[in-house]
Amino acid sequence: MIYIIQNYWREFLYTDGYNMTGLAMTLWLLVSACGIGFCLALPFAIARNARNPFIWGPVWLYTFIIRGTPLYVQLLIIYTGVYSLDVVQHNVALNAFFRQGINCTILAFALNTGAYTTEIFAGAIRDTAFGEVEAGRALGMSQFTLYRRIIIPGALRRALPVYSNEVILMLHATTLAFTATVPDILKVANDANSATYDSFNAFGLAALIYLCISFMLIFGFRRAERHFLAYLRP
Amino acid sequence: MFDLAGYGPQILAGTETTIELSVLSLLVSFLIGLLGATAKLSKSRALRGIATVYTTLIRGVPDLVLMLLLFYSLQIWLNDATDYFNLDQINLNPFTSGVITLGFIYGAYFTETFRGAFLAVPKGQLEAARAFGMGAFLVFRRISFPLMMRYALPGLGNNWQVILKATALVSLIGLSDIIKATQDAGKGTFRMFYFSVLAGAVYLVLTMVSNGVLLLLERKYSAGVRKAVL
Repeated sequence: MIYIIQNYWREFLYTDGYNMTGLAMTLWLLVSACGIGFCLALPFAIARNARNPFIWGPVWLYTFIIRGTPLYVQLLIIYTGVYSLDVVQHNVALNAFFRQGINCTILAFALNTGAYTTEIFAGAIRDTAFGEVEAGRALGMSQFTLYRRIIIPGALRRALPVYSNEVILMLHATTLAFTATVPDILKVANDANSATYDSFNAFGLAALIYLCISFMLIFGFRRAERHFLAYLRP
Repeated sequence: MFDLAGYGPQILAGTETTIELSVLSLLVSFLIGLLGATAKLSKSRALRGIATVYTTLIRGVPDLVLMLLLFYSLQIWLNDATDYFNLDQINLNPFTSGVITLGFIYGAYFTETFRGAFLAVPKGQLEAARAFGMGAFLVFRRISFPLMMRYALPGLGNNWQVILKATALVSLIGLSDIIKATQDAGKGTFRMFYFSVLAGAVYLVLTMVSNGVLLLLERKYSAGVRKAVL
């Protein structure tokens, strides 16, 4: 354990001397995937509750397919599959984008968490109390104002406990990035394992770091819940 | 209909391996979950402590990290044990390690599901059972288990879907499952996209089928429960 910490602490935390690695990379993956996923999920969740089947249909299909397949398969399709297509190889911009493992990883993660988050937010929007919308209408709010002032803030508050779960699951999912040559914590642990054959300590150290991040996320979300859901406290 | 370029048998065998792996892992984690829930609800402080540490640790660490940790360490521990008792070396194949690790990991999630479900069983049912003179095991078998299953089913269904999707990770520790088969086919024919999408389609079919089975199970265990008509 001491040997691995002495030799690999820099890689585990932030850099191998050239690139961002380890903890910094894992957090960057988590933040970018969840950020993009959130921005995708908000409009999709509203579309998911639309009355027109041509609007909610495609969104339903998207979440159904993403939630029905493993993230690893999605990553494989985007990382090895898409890049093997002729269209992508002959287009300069697409080629440059899909050649980088990190781009593919973030794209796959964002699409994945976007689908789960869409369903979470859509459920929360569906649970909006009838009276709230009625009151908003009675005050003469337009559809847009109604969503901006009443429906979205309430729905995001209600979704917070479930959303925090999704973020923690996403943290656990970022470990897949190492299969696409992204140097995250698990990649460093894997390197340490190959170099020292001290599997238990190499992966154990990674497990400890992930455990700390999980606990910090849980703590942060608890604080956020206390702030945003204060009106629900007895 | 599909052009599998001669890789059909491998892909079929891989699909079978995936299904077997997930069903066996489900069984293992189901049993661990029942034990864990019993420990968490028991009067003994030590048992509760162990179960709490187990569920917290496992649920805080990514499954892939645990899988690699256990996969590499299990063999070393097993070797140490066999050396100590002067036995022949037992080699774990990726399938067995996959079942053990997946079962161990998802047992923690099942523990939480079952704990909540056991708590939801009405106290009067258990009192009535005891009043009839049933022993602890009979109460479990006839009363608390069937009643608990109704509350546990939605969570169970979720866990099953998660296990099914987690089996995809086991190809990373060398199991020839559906992922391995389709990746080999893709590399052999230079059609990575087609075969990766095929793997996704197989998983999609599996989740769709299990959704149907869960619906049937839910209907069975909700027998005698009236739903509010809205």
